[in-house]
Amino acid sequence: MGHQDVKFYQTGTFTVGNRLLPPEQRSVQSEIERTNSLNSGHRACQGCGEALGARYAIDAAMRATGNQLIAVNATGCLEVFSTPYPETSWQIPWIHSLFGNAAAVATGVAAAAKIRAQKAGKPLAETRVIAQGGDGGTTDIGFGCLSGMFERNDDVLYICYDNQAYMNTGVQRSSATPPAARTATTMPVGEHPGNEWGQGKNVPLIAMAHGIPYVATASVSDLRDLEYKVTKAMNMRGARYIHIFVPCPLGWGSASCDTIKLARLAKETGLFPVFEAEYGEVTNVSKIRQKQPVEAYLRLQRRFAHLFGKTPQLELIARFQAMADQNIRKFGLLGEDKATVGFPGSEHK
Amino acid sequence: MLKQCEGSHAVAEAVALSRPEVICAYPISPQTHIVEGLGEMVKAGEIKDCEYINVESEFAAMSVAIGSSAAGARTYTATASQGLLFMVEAVYNASGLGLPIVMTVANRAIGAPINIWNDHSDSMSQRDCGWIQIFAETNQEAADLHIQAFKLAEELSLPVMVCMDGFILTHAYERVDIPTQEQVDKFLPPYSPRQILDPAAPVSIGAMVGPEAFSEVRYLAHAKQMQALELIPKISKEFEEIFGRNSGGLVRPYMLEDAETVVIALGSVLGTIKDTIDEMRADGISIGVLGINSFRPFPVSAIRRALSHAKRIVVLEKSLAVGIGGIVATDVRMALDGLDKRIYTVVAGLGGRNITRSSLHRVFRMAMHDQLEALHFLDLDWNIVNKEVDRERTTRRSGPIAENILRDLGQTKSNVG
Repeated sequence: MGHQDVKFYQTGTFTVGNRLLPPEQRSVQSEIERTNSLNSGHRACQGCGEALGARYAIDAAMRATGNQLIAVNATGCLEVFSTPYPETSWQIPWIHSLFGNAAAVATGVAAAAKIRAQKAGKPLAETRVIAQGGDGGTTDIGFGCLSGMFERNDDVLYICYDNQAYMNTGVQRSSATPPAARTATTMPVGEHPGNEWGQGKNVPLIAMAHGIPYVATASVSDLRDLEYKVTKAMNMRGARYIHIFVPCPLGWGSASCDTIKLARLAKETGLFPVFEAEYGEVTNVSKIRQKQPVEAYLRLQRRFAHLFGKTPQLELIARFQAMADQNIRKFGLLGEDKATVGFPGSEHK
Repeated sequence: MLKQCEGSHAVAEAVALSRPEVICAYPISPQTHIVEGLGEMVKAGEIKDCEYINVESEFAAMSVAIGSSAAGARTYTATASQGLLFMVEAVYNASGLGLPIVMTVANRAIGAPINIWNDHSDSMSQRDCGWIQIFAETNQEAADLHIQAFKLAEELSLPVMVCMDGFILTHAYERVDIPTQEQVDKFLPPYSPRQILDPAAPVSIGAMVGPEAFSEVRYLAHAKQMQALELIPKISKEFEEIFGRNSGGLVRPYMLEDAETVVIALGSVLGTIKDTIDEMRADGISIGVLGINSFRPFPVSAIRRALSHAKRIVVLEKSLAVGIGGIVATDVRMALDGLDKRIYTVVAGLGGRNITRSSLHRVFRMAMHDQLEALHFLDLDWNIVNKEVDRERTTRRSGPIAENILRDLGQTKSNVG
């Protein structure tokens, strides 16, 4: 694509579009050489955050590795919508084994790549590996294998596309489902409608506690940031983890056109902190540009509709706000504040 | 070279000579000494170009093996008992994907009640998982079968389980002829995969297959195992030409030609059975034994041929299909379909109970006189069994069975074996 050296008044943002940006700032997607790793024609729903996140992430990883990439996929939406054989959307070597073993299969692929390099007299594997799965395949059923891969510091980037429930099987609760959310197994009925409060696990923080070289969260609302983080991760060795926030119109009961908006609101409310951590310590956070109240995020989703009926559940909405505010404090998401989370003592292994 | 060594050590040496590229290790008795031995050899640089991965579970062990095999590395792991069950989902996946992984199963009972000793319940539970299953009779054969297993697996692009009796073989010290690297290299070429994850030629592996093609894919899995019925004897013959000894094959007949009574068994107990048969032959009794080396694929024709003159068959197996009886016996019946022969099932050696010559003499003689019931539990202590049955009839809260029985026996498991 040609480059026009035009001075644009919206400096400091990417909103000018790829054509007007200097080449080094353009998205991987603007390149004619982009690999289309996850090619068009797959069966994802309209507005699928996971398909968008995967496309950007894997294309960025392909560029970062000179196309020397193998992907391992957990069972889930991404696997099902991309490979209804004999069709496959994957333009890269790709393997799906099981729901709960993507991290371990990736360890095996990395081991084979290392031995191949070693036999060719090269110190490091030339073929790199990404494992990917949804939140169910990552935070629940695949968690044992994930933790094992982290702990051994295997040379794998694991990407979790977090849409906060088991969407492929029909929207059931996972350990990444937020409180109060309606799912097929946490219906909005009874005295405590929706998912229970005080449950769930924060896998990015658990990943950090393993002291691995790199942990990051990212969102489909900031795809440049996602590309940057994947690129950075692929230029490192050892176990790496990126947790991407990917709204699901089907499971959340949101409009397909609101996927990016919801992802942005999750970040701007503080409900989903976007940060980077190296060797157990937070090194960078994406600041909130304009703090939004949690209602702005919750109201757009039918899974939270029971909070906003004729008698709005003000107490529960306040609990969400408190969660968001705690994140803002903990990660220093506003102004000059600094993050206070981290796992001291887990410096370079 | 002849070596006096532990069975596990012999297997570790045989695997090492097969030039593995990825080994996944997770401890479970009685398999552990094998992966310990391999770990030391990798760390000491005796096995070159090999990744040795200490995984966090057997499920991960098989999953790592799936990844490394699909990425083109010759891959080995070992397990037993609960470990095999813990990896089952990945075990089926490995065969479904057609990945030539070789795995030792150091046969051990399955709990509850927890029991670390030998029987065949673990690998028998996986008889339909799509893996080839071959059984070793001796430590020499266990070592030899591993070298053959890599060749077999890679020819067919199917995973192979080499089953050897836990403790009885894995922990027994005996003389084993460890081959030279030159011999093994001559026999076993480098791994040339049928499918591989390669950025130079991208493929998708593990896609979803619907009703339109699933039956065909499954049929081909069966057809491949049927090919193994020809390949196993061929590989055994090639092995004999290079290594100078006969190992493996489908079945192993002993004193069978004129035998009216034929015993069928798998694994190390064949030794005790052969000794018993020698003694019975000395008494002029017409008896022989057929060892089954390849349990999957099940050599139906070879067994039918071998048993054509037999009047009665005693299937002695270290496994129990609860609710029906024998696992091997059911397959043997299938092999002898339509032939007029008495078939007895003797369930023996569960959870490591010794199978003695005197018990075998008794049970074989009962069979000879057609005085054996169709399903017999060797050396079962009926007093203990009846006591518990009585207790359950008379007491509602009769308590945990295993603990009751141990209390009745007045001993704990630490006294056993």
